Amino acid sequence: MQSTDITWVIGGPQGSGVESAANIFARACAVTGLQIFGKREFYSNIKGEHSYFAVRVSDKKIRSNVKGITLLVAFDAETLFRHVEDVYDDGAIICDSDLAQIKVDEVPTLEALFKSRLVERLSSKNKEFSVQGLLDICKERGVTIHLVSFKDILASLAEETQNPSVKKQVAIFSSKPKIAELNKQAANYCYNFATVKFPKFKYSIPEIQKESNTILVQGFQATGLSKMACGCRFQSYYPITPASDESVFLESKEVFDVKDNRPGSTLVVQTEDEISAIGMVIGSALTGARSATSTSGPGFSLMAEALGWAGINEVPLVVTLYQRSGPSTGLPTRHGQDDLMFAIHAGHGDFPKIVYASGDVEEIFYDTAKCFNFAEYFQMPVIHMLDKFLASTITTCKRFDPNLITIDRGKLLEKIENDGYKRFSITEDGISPRSKLGLENGIFWNSGDESDEFGHISEDPINRVQMMNKRASKLDLALKTITKEDQAISFGTAEFCVLSWGSTKGPILDAIDMLKKEGFNVGFIQLKLLQPFPTDRIKSLLKETKIIIDIEANQAAQLGSLLNEHLDKKVDYYILKYTGRPMTSTEIYDSLKKILQNEAEKTQVLTYGA
Amino acid sequence: MEPKLADYKTDVHNDWCPGCGDFGIVNAIQMALTEMKIPRHMVAIFSGIGCSGKTSHFLNVFGVHTLHGRVLTFAQGAKLANPDMTVIAAGGDGDGLGIGAGHFVAAGRRNVDMAYIIFNNAVYGLTKGQASPTLRLGEKTKSLPNPNVNQAVNPIALAIASGFTFVGRAYAYDVRQLKDLIIAAIKHKGLAFLDVLQPCPTYNDINTRDWFAGLDNVDEITQKPKPRIYKLEETGYDPMVHYGSESEVNEKLTQGLIKSNEWDTKIPTGIFYQNELVAPYEERIADRVPNYLENPPAIQPISSDGKSITDISKILDSLEV
Repeated sequence: MQSTDITWVIGGPQGSGVESAANIFARACAVTGLQIFGKREFYSNIKGEHSYFAVRVSDKKIRSNVKGITLLVAFDAETLFRHVEDVYDDGAIICDSDLAQIKVDEVPTLEALFKSRLVERLSSKNKEFSVQGLLDICKERGVTIHLVSFKDILASLAEETQNPSVKKQVAIFSSKPKIAELNKQAANYCYNFATVKFPKFKYSIPEIQKESNTILVQGFQATGLSKMACGCRFQSYYPITPASDESVFLESKEVFDVKDNRPGSTLVVQTEDEISAIGMVIGSALTGARSATSTSGPGFSLMAEALGWAGINEVPLVVTLYQRSGPSTGLPTRHGQDDLMFAIHAGHGDFPKIVYASGDVEEIFYDTAKCFNFAEYFQMPVIHMLDKFLASTITTCKRFDPNLITIDRGKLLEKIENDGYKRFSITEDGISPRSKLGLENGIFWNSGDESDEFGHISEDPINRVQMMNKRASKLDLALKTITKEDQAISFGTAEFCVLSWGSTKGPILDAIDMLKKEGFNVGFIQLKLLQPFPTDRIKSLLKETKIIIDIEANQAAQLGSLLNEHLDKKVDYYILKYTGRPMTSTEIYDSLKKILQNEAEKTQVLTYGA
Repeated sequence: MEPKLADYKTDVHNDWCPGCGDFGIVNAIQMALTEMKIPRHMVAIFSGIGCSGKTSHFLNVFGVHTLHGRVLTFAQGAKLANPDMTVIAAGGDGDGLGIGAGHFVAAGRRNVDMAYIIFNNAVYGLTKGQASPTLRLGEKTKSLPNPNVNQAVNPIALAIASGFTFVGRAYAYDVRQLKDLIIAAIKHKGLAFLDVLQPCPTYNDINTRDWFAGLDNVDEITQKPKPRIYKLEETGYDPMVHYGSESEVNEKLTQGLIKSNEWDTKIPTGIFYQNELVAPYEERIADRVPNYLENPPAIQPISSDGKSITDISKILDSLEV
């Protein structure tokens, strides 16, 4: 049986229902048992700019998007201008026949730079500067073009269903039953229409054996669900793309059942800025509640000072950092892994923190809970590195199992019998028993100043060294305590070995699978713990490796510089992408192959994606 | 055993300048807590950065000396996570009305049930006397190279405009009135703001103890100084919103604003505005989360034998395909 691997792309102006349509399509495919990997791309805009959703559907495990489109569905001319050339030769395009005559100049949302590239392309092929011109180029290489009059469809649908309101129908989807019914009728109509009119299209969606316990989930939901499950009860945030979806999700599920207890709740507070967000998190964490904030680069920049306060006062908290492309506002709705070095070094002065990165949606669920354990066990801030790609990826995966989560609150005290409690008592392992606001006999003081064991300001030089060393020693303890598998995952090592972190995991694994089919063996080590750096673990994994390939979505090769700093071997090749678009497995495959065949430059910069 | 005044004091050496108004404030807080008999472990003092920031170290209750300008953010987070705590935030005028002004306004909108005391001396003392947000335009305190080029912010008016539901002013050398106002602020249901005029003997040579006492402003007939400080309550002023009608609220807000503009020769102290009919933030949350006040974040059980006890199965069911 031929295997299924289809990429379906829908595009249109922001706000036109692109995301709803894609979610419906993804869910419909997932219900038939197929695997889904989808990603959404959009401009920093509310209505009108180009947005598109690429849904990859397969009967096998998929972890990435690929270059190329099997079926392109366009709500508008811009979608065609931007994507038709990515349609495979044996693929197809469905669009409104009215769009064909629209000229390049008639689409104001196309950037001048893009227009001039487009015009150049069209004139090189002697085509008119219109949708039709581009479609002709596609046709010549075999792409099937289905020009369908949307107006006619609506008219005949209205007639058949005797529902004149269909004509005026603008909403594609709504929870309202009347509209849902209309949508059902429309879907049926289109199914019949396509069956009759598009008989020759070679791809179809087969129904296969569905794996039980499969969920269709987005990255931000995985974080939110884990925070609920692992007991995070306070989250403050300031609105920022792509992080706020998670906080809004948490608030929408703020009350929940708790086994053998009264209902529990998450208090989600929208603050006036990110400084307030992290200030509130610290205040809440001091009461013993597991507390977190979610943000992206610009917001995280504002949190840096307070992070140091949490460091010196040994406050457990989690910052979920959904990276996007910087610097400054950068590409605010686009992907990037630009903040690794910043996360590691955020805040002035020397203080310990943990920086931990997850590679895919399923990992996010289990890692988020681990981050809270790290925070409480080592009593320090934890930065959980995610990104826009992970936040907005929609994928099928195995149903999350909260029973696989453990909750370790470290030296949090529930009772103190005697007077004389010292919050920062010097202990053998560097970790002091932790009181909380409201605990009898547990009164403590905190200060951003250096302090003594009680927490009172002290500028004594001997105390200073003792306290600095106490806090720093917790990083050594973290390296000893955090399991090897939690430090870095090895997907097999080889002479050629990829080292990477975060959301590149999926595309890398898919690319390595593609290479395996051709007889190439490439290793892959996914770093999860990035601060403190797991030098011993990585060194031991790299024993067999001769060529190190660093893959990451930033310009400076930030992981690469960490590797070069901590390892004896240096990075041989870099595969980088900083267009703001996530890597596809196809691009990584192409780049790795060049390296394997000794035809690669030291640094390859990837650029695919509209 | 009931706590005594001494129980609320730490033995940390106090390094404020001799004669500093801050002593009066820290004493008044200790007196207020003693009088209210609040168990020490149920009180948390949050402080900002500057001379006033050290306040939390002198009080034998939970003391959290935070970041410059951010005291309200830490304090609100703690209060919301554990609403059973009595939370007091304290900081300087530069801390709260300069670098922290955004948080001041946002806190007013929230109306979390706690008290915020500003130690207002019109200078940045710990950095050697620069002009603070409450120093008047054209005034030149002794370490300024030039007269102040900025207008002063009116803390009382700003608090009223931001939505604080208790707005008062005290004078650091009138410890008895200050103590009473701190008690009123703590007891107030909602966010209380107390602007405490606190002469800085080292850097503010304009708004001195003698100036507040009116020694520069002698009555021509009696030859006695005319004190600037007076008490609103002694003038029959009623700051309280009793019914909450729009016209009554507007009238009370307006009279507070008018009073807040008195300065040069007559400086009112006491409560300018109070409205307990506005729901505190905690009540607004409790409207959405019915057991929030009985089962707030700080006390919720989250695990049993290291395993999660939160039931997310319904949400996972909805994601199943």
